[in-house]
Amino acid sequence: MTAQTPLLSLRNVSKRFGGLAVISDVSFDVPAGTRMALIGPNGAGKTTIFNLVSGFYQPDAGDIVMEGHAIQTVASRRRIGLGIARSFQNIRLMPHLSVTENIMLGQQARAGGVVEMLKPLSLFGRSHWRDEAETLLNDMGLHTYPGEVVANLPYGIRKKIEVVRALVARPKLLLLDEPAAGLNAAETDNLTAFLERISDTGVTLLVVEHDMGLVRRLCDHVVVLNFGRKIYDGPTASVQNDPLVLEAYLGPRDTAPSLANAEGCHAA
Amino acid sequence: MSGYWAGILTILAINVIMAYAIFLPVATGQLNLGGAGFQAVGAYGAAFLSSKYGLSVWLTIPFAMALTALVSFLIAFPLLRTKGVYLVLATFAFAEVVGGAILNSTMLGGPMGLSVPAFVEYQVPVVSALVVTVFIFYLMATRFGLVMRAAHDDDVVTDLMGVNVLGIRVAAFAIGGALAGLAGALYAHSFSFVEIQGFNASLSIYVLLYVLLGGTQTAWGPLAGAIFFTMLPEALRVALPALKGWMGLAMGIQGARTAPDESWRFVILGVLTVLMMMFRSEGLITRVMVEKLRFRRRTVPLVNVDAHA
Repeated sequence: MTAQTPLLSLRNVSKRFGGLAVISDVSFDVPAGTRMALIGPNGAGKTTIFNLVSGFYQPDAGDIVMEGHAIQTVASRRRIGLGIARSFQNIRLMPHLSVTENIMLGQQARAGGVVEMLKPLSLFGRSHWRDEAETLLNDMGLHTYPGEVVANLPYGIRKKIEVVRALVARPKLLLLDEPAAGLNAAETDNLTAFLERISDTGVTLLVVEHDMGLVRRLCDHVVVLNFGRKIYDGPTASVQNDPLVLEAYLGPRDTAPSLANAEGCHAA
Repeated sequence: MSGYWAGILTILAINVIMAYAIFLPVATGQLNLGGAGFQAVGAYGAAFLSSKYGLSVWLTIPFAMALTALVSFLIAFPLLRTKGVYLVLATFAFAEVVGGAILNSTMLGGPMGLSVPAFVEYQVPVVSALVVTVFIFYLMATRFGLVMRAAHDDDVVTDLMGVNVLGIRVAAFAIGGALAGLAGALYAHSFSFVEIQGFNASLSIYVLLYVLLGGTQTAWGPLAGAIFFTMLPEALRVALPALKGWMGLAMGIQGARTAPDESWRFVILGVLTVLMMMFRSEGLITRVMVEKLRFRRRTVPLVNVDAHA
């Protein structure tokens, strides 16, 4: 592996569901340490890409390469060990577990083995796993009740807890599926700052997001999908001037308004 | 201690162990309606060794646990391929198969049952139930317990966290099987006789009810459910004549009253079950309730999270 090897590469990946080609021959690289966005209209195949990378689906063709190794045949539960963690579009925390327990579940990738499984986490004194989880929650500004059951917490806080749960596995690559969906402007700003802090610790981010404000602030590189095909792969700054991207969002027109406005309509 | 109370304590202890046997699979999200079948395997395993070879309970009980754990482990793989109501039906069918096999086995006495020479006093099941309770509380406090509950909530995400969800479910099923075997062996040695009618469908249903109505989120639930539903019929046995007396007085009926019909106990039990399902479907004891009691003393104010991040 050379320094130039990207952390994650998709090479000519295709995925069909029955007769529907959801992903057609998509290739792109995610270099280590970057913050990349994956955008596109609804149904473009963004979440499918995430599901392929995290192992829910197998690609019909092409390779998913992590640090130079094709991983498409690796079982989904082994991919966290390769450094891939993700969040979900609709928060998927364990509703009956407390905040701390959700975080401790995230530690699972580092705590395999029968001995670790049978060590108590709370019964006599405190376990270092619990201490680590509570320290991390404090560091991330989430000092809620550590014992609070997740189902009782506000939406914005649950979103952050899900990101922290993914982080505690110490991934190299964090896949975030619409982290700002359902958040108001203040919460989105707050989350963006939170993600910047995470990126500064060296974690590579790949973000699916409709909020172009967040994408512009957070990501330096954008891949745009439309109908399962890659139509743009380049710097964030020039994405709104790309004719193919404008056409994908607005339809073919001679004079198109800027993408920022289009995204405004899209979000509404 | 009177024979009555010794009998009640024995049944209570066996029911608590059975409730935990079913609780473990339920805590991972797998409903098990085959409790009677697993208990029968343990009971007949112990009874056979005791009657045929005259082994002591110190050998028959561990053997019964190992046998039931092995049976549970082996059938867990085909059983756990099914989900939801199909799993419920599959476990129920397993119990029926066990019952049918025993009924047709001359070696196991068929419809005549087996008498069990080795007898245990009520202290043995009571101590066993205490040990099992402590064991379950311990297990639920470990990472294994955490992962079991996570698999219950969302098996897809639990898998992504690096957990072998099927492995955890099979393990929970097999440990539950060992406990059901223990309950069966204790039953055989406490009552000195096993017959397959003692392990019928209503036993499976009752044990699952202990767990579901007691609460599946913490180890307190099955304990509360087993105690409540074991003691309720006994309490009603005492309370019903008095209740009938008061009713009679209220309606101005004088003179001799016939003894109340036993079946009324089951009517009241049934009504309570329906009311529980309507008004507290998550069970008597919930996670939030336990946390509230635990954190009452060390209350930290809920800070405004967004202001800090």
